[in-house]
Amino acid sequence: MLAQNNAILTITPPHKLVAKRNTSVSTKVAVTLSEGYHANSNTPSEAYLIPLRLTWTPEPLQVESITFPKPHDETYSFSPTPLSVFTGAFDITTKFKVPSGATPGLAVLLGKLRYQACNDTMCFPPKTVEVKLPVEVQ
Amino acid sequence: MRAVYLSLAVAAVVVVLPGCSLSSRTTRAASLKSEKERKPAPEFALKDANGHTVHLSDYKGKVILLDFWATWCGPCKIEIPWFKDFERENKDKGFAVLGVAMDQDGWDVVKPFAHQLGINYRIVMGDDSIADLYGGVEALPTTFLIDREGRIASVHVGLTSKRDFEDGIKELLQTSGGSSVAALARTE
Repeated sequence: MLAQNNAILTITPPHKLVAKRNTSVSTKVAVTLSEGYHANSNTPSEAYLIPLRLTWTPEPLQVESITFPKPHDETYSFSPTPLSVFTGAFDITTKFKVPSGATPGLAVLLGKLRYQACNDTMCFPPKTVEVKLPVEVQ
Repeated sequence: MRAVYLSLAVAAVVVVLPGCSLSSRTTRAASLKSEKERKPAPEFALKDANGHTVHLSDYKGKVILLDFWATWCGPCKIEIPWFKDFERENKDKGFAVLGVAMDQDGWDVVKPFAHQLGINYRIVMGDDSIADLYGGVEALPTTFLIDREGRIASVHVGLTSKRDFEDGIKELLQTSGGSSVAALARTE
């Protein structure tokens, strides 16, 4: 739906993760929003706003937790009350559990980051970007 | 932004129609294209909330404010109350607001939202096709003012001043189509 603007949000691909069975491991997804733009946080202040969401394919690792940075409360020309947003560069940390039965070897976890961005006067349609996380299960 | 609005206000030119009193003067809206520059607004067929097919040509002869918006769009929420005012104040003067909702989740989210905001004008559900027809519509809100001849008189991308819309609507209602100007003059 609607044309997409690829320059608003970019993701730095995460490094390969070495995951030993029966342990927990973490990875960071580095996100950068272009200057002047914001994305709704994972906990938007208004019900009508679309939150930032990160999801991962369920195998071979299991998600234990996803931690977002503390959002900013910002006011904009279109919002008399502050909105909970992310701006600039920030990391999203995912903690995975490595099951004891995970198959040793290389795999790629596929993440999906869904966001909806605006600037001070206009908004862009929600978009989902893929994140590929190389994993070596040992 | 304030400087832009100030510039637009300064650029506004007041035109007094020959034979008319001051009360019927029109304000030249800075954002309106000249008649030569205007291109025909693309025809479409979209469903409204009741499942009826709405064509742009259904509004032939009217000035139309065509607003591309979505429920997740904060700036759109600022403009919607203005558009309600425009609809209420001008619907008997050959004017209509038509909202094109671009929500991927469809009427399930649009209907309650429209009810909550008390939207008093017609809404249709948009799609990629109409977005393409109207030049891509990369951001919301994007609003088109269409003159009585079905031509795009102005395009507003992003939150625009209420005054800019008002001036554009007023001018299009008064000057768009020779018959409307003549009718206006006869009432003086």
